[in-house]
Amino acid sequence: MHIQVKLFALLREIAGTDTITLEVPEAASAGQVLHQLSQQHPALQPYLENVRLALKMDFVDEAASLDEGDELHLIPPVSGGR
Amino acid sequence: MYKITTEPIDVQAVNDIVKRPSDGAVVTFDGIVRDNFDGRAVRSLEYEAYAEMAEKKMAEIGAEVRNKFAVGEIAMVHRLGALGIGESSIVIAVAAPHRHAAFEACAYAMDRVKEEVPIWKKEFFDDGDAHWVNQN
Repeated sequence: MHIQVKLFALLREIAGTDTITLEVPEAASAGQVLHQLSQQHPALQPYLENVRLALKMDFVDEAASLDEGDELHLIPPVSGGR
Repeated sequence: MYKITTEPIDVQAVNDIVKRPSDGAVVTFDGIVRDNFDGRAVRSLEYEAYAEMAEKKMAEIGAEVRNKFAVGEIAMVHRLGALGIGESSIVIAVAAPHRHAAFEACAYAMDRVKEEVPIWKKEFFDDGDAHWVNQN
């Protein structure tokens, strides 16, 4: 099945695009998609450790299972400030 | 009102929208673009968001704040795009019957926004360098 990975901020700039489409196994978990992304796009790998994952506008963990056409949003640490 | 916008924020309008006759206090936080970061001179900022989710998360934080504190209406507006020094990037207004709840709730709401709302800040320095805050 196909999953769209949505990128923001530094990740978007490194990838040079805001969307990467991946072909992944049926019912793949968010964690599996993340792993596959780091294999296929090694430049992103150092930054993937700190991202949170979002599906349908809610945070999910790596165990979340995905369906065909889902958009997995990678949420880098937010803007900070004290 | 929970809104992401590319337009300059009218701080007074955000403050006024939460007013109710039963509330004796409004505390408004106005987050301003600062001209320095870790001792380096900053020329401008750029904010990027996952806008749909950011508005949803701000509304959820508003509901959470209203459960936790004795407050009335809440409004949050965050600006996106290129901002100059001195411009408002985020404004949060909280109304309450009494001032203590309004002060506490406004501070709490701002902390929660920094934790949960998908908005990112890029700083452009005077020397031409730039970086995404918190992402390296």
